[in-house]
Amino acid sequence: MDAITCENLGRLFKSKKRTVEALANVTISVKKGELFGLLGPNGAGKTTLIKVFTTLLLPTSGTAHVYGYDVTKDEKKIRPIINMVSGGEYSGYGLLTVKENLWMFSQFYGIPGKEADRRITTLLNRLNIAHMEKRKLRTLSTGERQRVNIIRAFMTEPKVVFLDEPTLGLDVETARLIRIFIREWLEHDPDHTVLLTTHYMMEADELCDRIAIIHQGKIVALDTPQALKNMVTKEISLKVDVYPEIGLDWLHSLDGIIGFKSKEMGGKVRVRAVVDGEQVVGDVLAGINERGGKIQYLQKEEPTLEDVFLKLTGRGLE
Amino acid sequence: MNVMLNLRAVKGRAYPRVIGALREPSWAFWDTFLPILSMAAYVYVYKSLNAPKEFEGFVILGGVMTTYWLNVLWGMASQLYWEKETANLQLYLAAPMSKMSILAGMALGGMFATTVRGVSIILVGVFVFQVDFVITNFWLLIAIFGITLVALYGMGMLFASLFLIWGREAWHINMLLEEPVYFLSGYSFPVKALGLSLSVAASFIPFTLGLDAMRQLTFPSMAEWGLLSPYLELAILVIMGTFLVLLARYALHYMENLGKERGTLTMRWQ
Repeated sequence: MDAITCENLGRLFKSKKRTVEALANVTISVKKGELFGLLGPNGAGKTTLIKVFTTLLLPTSGTAHVYGYDVTKDEKKIRPIINMVSGGEYSGYGLLTVKENLWMFSQFYGIPGKEADRRITTLLNRLNIAHMEKRKLRTLSTGERQRVNIIRAFMTEPKVVFLDEPTLGLDVETARLIRIFIREWLEHDPDHTVLLTTHYMMEADELCDRIAIIHQGKIVALDTPQALKNMVTKEISLKVDVYPEIGLDWLHSLDGIIGFKSKEMGGKVRVRAVVDGEQVVGDVLAGINERGGKIQYLQKEEPTLEDVFLKLTGRGLE
Repeated sequence: MNVMLNLRAVKGRAYPRVIGALREPSWAFWDTFLPILSMAAYVYVYKSLNAPKEFEGFVILGGVMTTYWLNVLWGMASQLYWEKETANLQLYLAAPMSKMSILAGMALGGMFATTVRGVSIILVGVFVFQVDFVITNFWLLIAIFGITLVALYGMGMLFASLFLIWGREAWHINMLLEEPVYFLSGYSFPVKALGLSLSVAASFIPFTLGLDAMRQLTFPSMAEWGLLSPYLELAILVIMGTFLVLLARYALHYMENLGKERGTLTMRWQ
């Protein structure tokens, strides 16, 4: 039995003005012990999918199961074995200390006081915030607060954890600490399973056993990070810095451009493109020259998950 | 049903309110001092009219029960809405305990915090305004007080679910309910003075009957101002309390299902 499955899952949000299809025919299957990533830009449907699996939202079509339990009927069996953390989450009460907040949440899972204390102390140490246990929650920084959120979710010893952009807006050190913690937690028990959503391709690449790329509510690719990157080995991944800034709309109509994105960087523009062969590289460079742009930096790169996303959707992740 | 799980959840959710009442003494000062000011105004009106001293006692008791009403409106009814704004609600809903445990914890914690204020008001009544409480039946008084709180907080639990569906409108409904309930409950005067039809209408507010019964049991010389006998009022409050708690349970279940269908249990960014 797989830990998380859904088949032809759909979710519509209807309002008086319009209907939004947040998920369309999503089919995934996450094995026990797997760290499964959902990679996609904001608004792709990642959070909606997590809400369905965490029994906070009903699907409008299809089925979804966690540990074999149906999310629409068996919520009482699912809730004790799951937990969740969202990026930028401000849960808890600022008036209470870190330890008091964690104790409060432990009570919602019926954990006896001494056992809750033991787990909280262990996890506070693991995430290097034991010295903050008596600090009021409202005095913590975003990164410190997210470590508390991580402890809140993992102290209940769930089988499946849903992490929705868990490192969103965090400093490099905290994000790294959290990634290491997640990996160690998975290795601790072969049944531990994580479904992680992110729009950070490096995070997905580094952490996930398999990745589903989601775009506009649809799964457009699903495989291991390496297999996904192999999808673009025939193509060339190109990074070019051009100055001064020039218009780039012409790239849309250039033959052989599979996808591109650009970013203004103070007087210059950085172009990242996936192109179909060496000939197209020449066409891109010639086009820049014709429009008065000068090449400041040019690099052909190893393909990344972002290139896969560019190839599949024609746009960047951020 | 897992009883220990739900008892722990009640304790867990009550905790922030208990701590809130004890950890921030400044709140207690403002929450006690300001209501006493408005209450004192009525006491001085009765003094200036040379009204029987018991009327001042009516106001003191009304002031105590009003603090519970304010807590029900702002600390119970609006609470799930605020919890949604801070992302706590989705964590409560995704946890395995009964969601009624959360409401019960909020209610018990709220009762504790408000009782601290209520006792302060009683002390002001006794020591500053020299009000004499003559308790004729202590256990009946305690029973009526307890059942009134159950009915009152049962109403709060019901509103908590409804307000979650109504969203921001809850704020306006709270403000809309505040003053009319002060008036109809007879906060500063015996509710019997409203006349029969208005008194009956006012009795649908749980603390109207509770306050009326408690006044009869603490100021026996003014029993003529009682609306119904305290025993009858207790019986009505028991029925009302049971009905409100059951209705709250149904409303919470309904709200959760509706929210799951519409996708309104969490903020869009969560």
